[in-house]
Amino acid sequence: MNKRVTIDPVTRIEGHLRVDVEVDGGRVKKAWASGQMWRGVENILIGRDPRDAWAITQRICGVCTTVHAMASVRAVENALQLEIPVNAQYIRNMIMLAHAVHDHIVHFYHLSALDWVDVVSALKADPAKTASLAESLSSWSGNSKAEFKKVQDRLSGFVGTGQLGIFTNGYWGHPAMKLTPEVNLLAVSHYLQALEVQRYASKIVAVLGSKSPHIQNVAVGGVANPLSVDSQSVLTIERLLAIKEWMLKLEDFVKNVYLIDVGAIGGFYADWTKYGKGITDYLCVPDIPLDGKGEIFALPGGYIEGGKLESYKPIKTFNDKYFTDGVSEAIKHSWYNYSGGNDKSLHPYKGETTPNYTDFQDDGKYSWLKSPTFYGKPMQVGPLPRVMNMLAAGHEPTKKYATAALDLVSTVAGAKVGVEALHSTIGRHAARAVGCAVQVDELINQWDLLLANMAKGDLKTFNRPVFPKGEQMGVGFHEAPRGVLSHWVVIDSGKIKNYQCVVPTTWNAAPRNEKDQPGAYEACLIDNPVADPEKPLEVLRTVHSFDPCLACAVHVVDQENNPVVTVKAV
Amino acid sequence: MRIVVLGIGNILLTDEGVGVRVVERLEREYELPPEVEVIDGGTCGMEMLEQLEDLDGLIVVDCVRCNQPPATPVLLKGDDVPVFFRTKLSPHQVSLSDVLASLQFTDRAPKSIAIVGMQPVSMSLGMELSPEVAAKVPELVAMTIAELRLLGIEAKARH
Repeated sequence: MNKRVTIDPVTRIEGHLRVDVEVDGGRVKKAWASGQMWRGVENILIGRDPRDAWAITQRICGVCTTVHAMASVRAVENALQLEIPVNAQYIRNMIMLAHAVHDHIVHFYHLSALDWVDVVSALKADPAKTASLAESLSSWSGNSKAEFKKVQDRLSGFVGTGQLGIFTNGYWGHPAMKLTPEVNLLAVSHYLQALEVQRYASKIVAVLGSKSPHIQNVAVGGVANPLSVDSQSVLTIERLLAIKEWMLKLEDFVKNVYLIDVGAIGGFYADWTKYGKGITDYLCVPDIPLDGKGEIFALPGGYIEGGKLESYKPIKTFNDKYFTDGVSEAIKHSWYNYSGGNDKSLHPYKGETTPNYTDFQDDGKYSWLKSPTFYGKPMQVGPLPRVMNMLAAGHEPTKKYATAALDLVSTVAGAKVGVEALHSTIGRHAARAVGCAVQVDELINQWDLLLANMAKGDLKTFNRPVFPKGEQMGVGFHEAPRGVLSHWVVIDSGKIKNYQCVVPTTWNAAPRNEKDQPGAYEACLIDNPVADPEKPLEVLRTVHSFDPCLACAVHVVDQENNPVVTVKAV
Repeated sequence: MRIVVLGIGNILLTDEGVGVRVVERLEREYELPPEVEVIDGGTCGMEMLEQLEDLDGLIVVDCVRCNQPPATPVLLKGDDVPVFFRTKLSPHQVSLSDVLASLQFTDRAPKSIAIVGMQPVSMSLGMELSPEVAAKVPELVAMTIAELRLLGIEAKARH
């Protein structure tokens, strides 16, 4: 008999996501992903000064503030065809990369690890055995018997009081939990160390961005950080040296802890390379520009069809029509109306945001998210598409870290695990860690580039924008932690005439499109196992592997609105 | 002594952003000693972890839905604080409640927490507060200053 499982809201994510699945014979047969909140921020922007848009769009979301700021200034600069000083690129690049590293560490350890790690089981671990296991995997200084004992004692005090605090919402003792107590203790210890380490990434963003948690230094035309080799009030060499220290701490953790943990946990859960494949049309945009115009990038991007690396087609510049012409959004299954008919798909420059709520209709409208497509096809975006595109482009650092991660997975699993295993739920976690190692190297590289350029006497950080009469259109794209983010702006005589944000989670959590093709979450859930419909941990594993961020940022709700898992036979 | 006054909420959703508007006004109109940091937290979470570590006092200013008539100011302290975090912030998972839970686990939680709240009138899209809530902002500022005074901090009006 079919069972309908509704998870609403999905917990340990940003924003309000509802997932419905029909389960038959222990497998998901049908899936729906539904964004449960309206994000009509685009309507607020109409009529405003394009120079203010970034400060407003960074309020869309509580996790990805900086990414919206960056995409927004890029959109306006693109509309004006405004070149920015390379120093501004380096500073923006460091903010973006530090944010990405922060985001990935927090996602793995603090939001998704609890799907795989049984915290309560860690109480049964032998700290000495945990230490010898850890030492066999990595030379990380935090892997001592004393450290593991300390964590276990603290955990035991916590569990003893019945207050799991940060560890609530976990499915302890679920049959799908497979790690030994020692691996669980190792992971819990690294969870706590990750809490310490993530602060260094926040500090980099705070110093470069002039304020935390919302950055203040971005401007259309560059950044507002005056650079100086001597003055005290600005971004000085002393501050830059402090930032470098924090970067090195992040590098140590990402390479010696995060990448290793993902490889090891991936090896124990090698079964999960079989689930969660879904859409293998992968879209990623190039990022980390190295010139003022956005024609040369440190990290490549493009499109891969059907997971085949040889099909790679690059997106080359900020002006590349291949990207700009390919994106459109459908609303046949979304709670919106289009003036020209609901079966249409509209390019973001022509985008409309007119709500039309109908309640949840399985075959009709059921989500506040629109359904974006690239040349008419639904895409997967995010760390896995990013790594696949970078591998296809022959990006050497990506190859190096992907090989290292897969070698470790193979050792732990006791069988050869190749690149094809990445097209999966657990593969998405591995790809995120591989991408993070690439990003932390590039973060340090951007610091070096900035200092080398300053040493040449170039301290310029800003080119003043000029808004001509008439209409201009521009797109700003950014390969954000969760994938392709694009802001699309139409400016008329210095005022915003239209604005659309096509965000990564809209690509991935999209409802069915105008041709009734499912979005990435929906497709990836098909055939996912569900051992116990009352505790649909496996569904959460696949959904969490995308790091959902519903970008709606409402946090006041009715007190009655408690998390629910409802199950009914259909 | 370290004290943080933290305004949270989404300024794109009218009264949801009241906490941010209150701390903006507090900073604009009052001089505070260096041991007090005023943070516009927006809807952020883990990014604020370090700023909230080992505090002697945390005053959160936020929009609260607590079955009061619209535009009613509320003050939550002591036993009411955990209830506030458990119920109100639940779908916003990566949020202040997680930050505070993490601080608790690492023994760095604030010594005291007070919540200066406001029952919203409007949660619709827009960057302005509803007129009813906007009229109460000075009252929330005064409540925040009263909480600071209990912590031994005197806010001086700017002239």
